[in-house]
Formats: sequence, structure tokens, C-alpha cells
Amino acid sequence: MNDLLGFWLDSLPDLLDGLIVSLQVTGAALAIGFPLGLLLALGVQSKARLINLASLCVVEIGRGAPALVVLQFAYFGLPQGGLTLSSFAAAVVALAWNTGAYTSEIIRAGLESVPFGEIEASSAMGMMRVDTLRFVIIPQGLRVAAPALLGFAAAMLQASSLCFAIALPELTSNAYVIGTNTFRYMEILSLAGILYAAICVPATIAVGVLEQRLGQHTR
Amino acid sequence: MTADMFFGVAMGVPWTLAVTSAAFVLGAALGMPLCAMRLSKLGLLRAIALLYIILFRSVPPLLWVFVFFFGLGSGYLPMSAFEGVVLGLGLITAANMAEIYRGALSAIHGGQWEASQALALPSYSTSLDIIAPQLLRVSLPSSASYAVGLLKDSAIASTIGVTDISFNANYIAKATYQGLPVFAIAALFYIMISLPVAALARAADQRLRARVAL
Repeated sequence: MNDLLGFWLDSLPDLLDGLIVSLQVTGAALAIGFPLGLLLALGVQSKARLINLASLCVVEIGRGAPALVVLQFAYFGLPQGGLTLSSFAAAVVALAWNTGAYTSEIIRAGLESVPFGEIEASSAMGMMRVDTLRFVIIPQGLRVAAPALLGFAAAMLQASSLCFAIALPELTSNAYVIGTNTFRYMEILSLAGILYAAICVPATIAVGVLEQRLGQHTR
Repeated sequence: MTADMFFGVAMGVPWTLAVTSAAFVLGAALGMPLCAMRLSKLGLLRAIALLYIILFRSVPPLLWVFVFFFGLGSGYLPMSAFEGVVLGLGLITAANMAEIYRGALSAIHGGQWEASQALALPSYSTSLDIIAPQLLRVSLPSSASYAVGLLKDSAIASTIGVTDISFNANYIAKATYQGLPVFAIAALFYIMISLPVAALARAADQRLRARVAL
């Protein structure tokens, strides 16, 4: 037991360094992905055919292809097209695409939960379409979407473990490297699992609480 | 050249399908008792089930697969890469399927249990003959979308050396330096597999919906 605790204490700094990289990738992917998701949600609803079609393509490919393949596409594929990204940048690009595609559906469902009467009322009051969107639909829609978006953020932290495949020194990669060096896979992978759970379990509980508070559309 | 790539990636399709279906079958079967434990009258069983579900859903699938393949596999319980990934993904699927079953159960009308009791059916018969068939029909849409998600998660099998779609794509991309088309083809394969699954589930759902008592 002491042996295990000693091993954990020795390797904790490395894992925490990895966790910070995981959180940075996740944060950057979400910071780009959430606004992208909102844009895509509006694009999919757009009546302009070209915008509609382009948004649909981005969403369907982002949702249909495994995140791992998109990651490898960004890291191993794009250099062939003349765009060489560092593993961090490639991870952010791929995960942001993934986030945008998935959250666009969450946000679209939120926007659609705003009752049509409110949109009619806005136009009856002579509000422009842009203003209706900005002041009536988006604030209420995002409120409804908030719990699902938080849940997705936790899922994204888990997805960041896939960056193992493109040699980004995040939590899973660091744990794996320590495992290969010491051959104590079980111990080190368990510690990494505890670190992920320490973030994702509270997030799951928070989603449940938020759902009860914000989930319903309030008039 | 492109045909070589296409067929090279296609070689992985059987493994991708095998990993996905084996993990799904394992999870769908284990999810039933897990769901029963989650709803049990015994506090201890409920706590164990809840802990299992939280634990398996809060740690990344890739890490679970590593825990089984490298952690358990190196010394404790030697296993092949295929077994490792099926075990890892299957146990995660069980946690998620238990939650799907639990949601579906609440959609089955309470009168079904009352009617079974009024007909003096033994409880195993109520569960097996009355509730389970309706449960499967109600949970079909969620199960199908979970299966499509699992298909994409199965790509992590490539990281421990199962020669699935992703693995072959990786191999070919590194051998030819043609990552752009190769990974695009790989993505296309995943999308092509998930489309019919989703369509089939939608069609089956409409036919089976009619056979759930309201």
C-alpha cells in the first residue's frame, strides 16, 4: 500500500502536467466550438440554400466521423495540403470541429424551444429579425441548452484523451508513458482515471442540478 | 493508387463491425441486470449500480481500454487486443444501456404490471413476457443512436493494434504520406456504416411502436 502511494506521489506531477494540457486543449476547443455551434445552428435553419447546405455538410461530417479519425486527419492529413500543425493546434482544430457539429444540434433544439408566439410578438412590435434573434431567441435558447452544453464540455474532456494518438503530452499519454517505463500500468492508469473522474463526476452532478433549474422554458 | 487506398481501408471494416457488435451485445446484456440493480429495493445493490454507472461514464473510453488491455492484460489476466477493447467498450456500454433501459421503463404504462398481477402471472413471467418485449421496443431509438456512437468509439481499438478501419488508414497514411485522402476515405466508411443503421432503426421503430401498450 505504501509502495503504491509512493509511486502515485512520484508520478503525480507528471500526470498533473498532462491534466493541464488536457484542460487547455478542451478549453480552446470549447472556446472555438461553442460559437461555431451557434453559427452552424443558425446556418442549418437558414433559408439561403448555400449556407444551409454548407452548414449541413460541416455538421454531418463532424458528427458522422469518429473524433479519432478527424484528429488524425488534422495532424497527419493536413500537412499534405500544405498546412502543418503542431499536435496541440491539430487537436484544437479537430476537437473544435467536433464540438461545433455536436453543439449545433444541442443549440438548435434550445432555439426551437422558444415558443413561436414570442417571435410573432417581436415582429408585431416591429423588431427587426436580427434584433429578435439577438434579444429574444438566442438568450432564451441558450438558457435551455446550458445543461446539455455543460454535459458536452465534460464529454469533450474525455474526448481529449484521444490526442494520445497524435502524441500530445496530455493526461492519458503521460500515464501511458509512465506505464511503459515502469511497467506498472494498472497503478498509473487508475490514478489517471481518478483524475478524470474528479472533474467529470462533479460536472455530471452539476448538469443534473442545472437541468432542474434551467431546463424548462419559463415565460 | 486511390483504389489501393480504398481497398486497404476497407480491409478494416470487418474488425470495426466485430468490435462494435461484440461490445454492444455485451453491454446490452449486462445493462439489464445493472438496470434491475439500479432500481432494486436493496440500498446496497442500488449504490453498487450507481457507482458502476458513474465510474464507467466519467472516465474516457480510451483510458478504460488501456486499463483492461495494459493494466489487467500485463500479468493479471492476459488478453488479446480485441478482447481488451470489447471488454472496455462493452462495460461502458452496459452502464449507458442501463440508463437507457431505466428511461424506457418509465415509458411503460403502470397498468401493464397491474394487469399481470390481476392475471396472477408469476413475477419472472411478468418481467420476461410482458415487460421485456415492450422495453426493447421503447428503448430501440436510444439504443440505435448509442450503437452509432459506439461505432465511432470503436476507432480507439486501433490504438492498441486491432486492425480496424482507423488502424489501416493510419498504416496506409504513414506508408504513402497521403494522409488527406486516406483519412477522408476512413471517415466516409464510418459515415456509410452509420447511415443504414440509423435508417433501419427508424423503420423498425415505427413498426414496433404500434406494439407497445399505452
